Amino acid sequence: MSVLIPRRQFLAGGAAAAAGAALGGTARAAAPLGVGFVYVGPVGDFGFSYQHDVARKAMEAALGAAVKTTFVEKVAEGPDAERVIRQLASGGNGLIYTTSFGFMNPAERVAHQFPKVKFEQCTGYKTLPNMAEYNERFYEGRVICGAIAGHVSKAGVAGYVASIPIPEVVMGIDAFTLAAQKVNPNFKTKVIWINSWFDPGKEADAAKSLIDQGADILCQHTDSPAVMQTAEERGVLAFGQASNMQKFGPKAQLTSIMDNWTPYYIERTKQVIDGTWKTGSVWLGLKDGVVEMAPYGPGVTDAAREAADKVKSGLIAGTLNAFTGPIKDQKGAVKVAADATIPDEQLQKLDWYVEGVQA
Amino acid sequence: MTLSILVPLLVSVITAATPLLLAALGELVVERAGVLNLGLEGMMLVGAICAFATMSLTGNPVLGMLAGAGAGAAMAGLFGVLVLTLASNQVATGLALTLFGIGLSALIGTGFVGHPIPVLPKLAVPGLSGLPVVGPLLFSHDALVYFSIAATAGVGWFLKHSRAGLILRGVGEADSSAHSIGHDVIRIRYCAVLFGGAMAGLGGAYLSLAYTPMWVEGMTAGRGWIALALVVFAAWRPWRALAGAYLFGGVAVLQLYLQGSGLVVVPTQVLAMLPYIATILVLTLISSGSMRSRLSAPACLGKPFRPVG
Repeated sequence: MSVLIPRRQFLAGGAAAAAGAALGGTARAAAPLGVGFVYVGPVGDFGFSYQHDVARKAMEAALGAAVKTTFVEKVAEGPDAERVIRQLASGGNGLIYTTSFGFMNPAERVAHQFPKVKFEQCTGYKTLPNMAEYNERFYEGRVICGAIAGHVSKAGVAGYVASIPIPEVVMGIDAFTLAAQKVNPNFKTKVIWINSWFDPGKEADAAKSLIDQGADILCQHTDSPAVMQTAEERGVLAFGQASNMQKFGPKAQLTSIMDNWTPYYIERTKQVIDGTWKTGSVWLGLKDGVVEMAPYGPGVTDAAREAADKVKSGLIAGTLNAFTGPIKDQKGAVKVAADATIPDEQLQKLDWYVEGVQA
Repeated sequence: MTLSILVPLLVSVITAATPLLLAALGELVVERAGVLNLGLEGMMLVGAICAFATMSLTGNPVLGMLAGAGAGAAMAGLFGVLVLTLASNQVATGLALTLFGIGLSALIGTGFVGHPIPVLPKLAVPGLSGLPVVGPLLFSHDALVYFSIAATAGVGWFLKHSRAGLILRGVGEADSSAHSIGHDVIRIRYCAVLFGGAMAGLGGAYLSLAYTPMWVEGMTAGRGWIALALVVFAAWRPWRALAGAYLFGGVAVLQLYLQGSGLVVVPTQVLAMLPYIATILVLTLISSGSMRSRLSAPACLGKPFRPVG
């Protein structure tokens, strides 16, 4: 149903790109580069896909006539994705961003067939000479949240509404707790898994039960603003997720972790235009401007602001690592020795909680 | 568990149960009239977005609730034309109504994502709302919570004690007999279906106005299907539907509280399954042996009726 309209736009865009390529015969340098985007959700989800589309528009605005972008939204992971990616590749696009983990295998198959087209796969692990992989260090934002929580929480207990137990979510919980404990060594994080990315009612229920059980700060790793809204209603503080949720918690929101793909999209697209693009695998964070924090809310005290800014500059400068030992697990066993850190490969498989996490 | 935790927990249960109860009560009447409408999820979603949009544009919660109920009834009217007038297959049409509702609500809601609205006001009872324990539990809810309880009593009375309720049940148990003694089966079923739609729309309105005052695509997250199971769970009786809704809401909320308290050793996924295991268990119990004949479904449930002669 709703796929119909974007597909039409997509076809029209493809035709325009082809026309552009044909016209470019006379003035080669002026021919715009066709850039395709494949989204898993609707661009109106105000979350993951929305942020990718914001970056697409910003990239188009920055590069102007040099590019011509097309996007296809709500693409199901699976055979549908391969068809869409192939259509984009054969429709004259020179660069295609596939923005969900489930697009990795379809993109790989199409990449083999179109060696001249460049592919950029968001989250995943496979690369080819013409297919690069990029991901975001979401957990770096959690470190800043943790530093603020350690200062601001009077109870020393945070409530964490978590989605699905995968390493990315566990990493966030651990990074947050460790950062808060640097300020308040007795800091505890209570975690409730709702086993869904999206169920506003359940997210609100989980938030309420965490507040009732003594948490005075809420974190969320779910997609709707329900947790923020509940925090506002109950007069506690909270951190937002994926986009700026300040509208739902003008008093409650301390800050929010936001995805900003714009710098990466501009850089990589430029490289394709210049012919300097190379494959690779990157895990981008605060330093690259890909992880961004929403402006601090009224609940952030001066001490918390100072601590948060210090952590932020430490993470950017590389002098601070979120997972520096000694780190103990829930049972108190030392998992990371003093001054050691967790290497990236192990971090991407993280499946244990640090001491102080109650889950 | 201390009182300070128990009271908010019970308040959360009431919130979680209300949308289920509203939708289940409507469907119960529809099924008692012999019609199976599987489109609850779709009607709830359209009710949710229309209530939200109206509230957002006018700022009037009463208009919002009316819009939710009206939108649910409009969806049900469409269903009625298809299955009652045109005698199409009820299961297939109901499923189609759900899919249609998901798409339609997303389309209407395009401009309303990310808009906050004020929460539905709580109707405080002077003097009583301030009481400890009883105050927050009984006397400080919004209008829809009280309405859902009143509606349970109303539907219970209607089905059991009113003449119209007797006729409605007659239509659901033996449509040809009701027709042959002069009752307009189709018209009665239309009324039931429209009532069911309005109640589902209100259930959706509760989600977008009171539970989590916001609009996001697919925000019912399967509650329509739970309400549908509740009707069977309640063996088509309104007060049992109320008990069932509170039980379902209770188990769902309790598992979250248990996780937060750190007392559980079972995986969270097992806890999340509990409400559904409870349904299957009750279904097995009530459909076995001697209970079966007393609690069976309306005889004409899901069968199309074509008036002859």
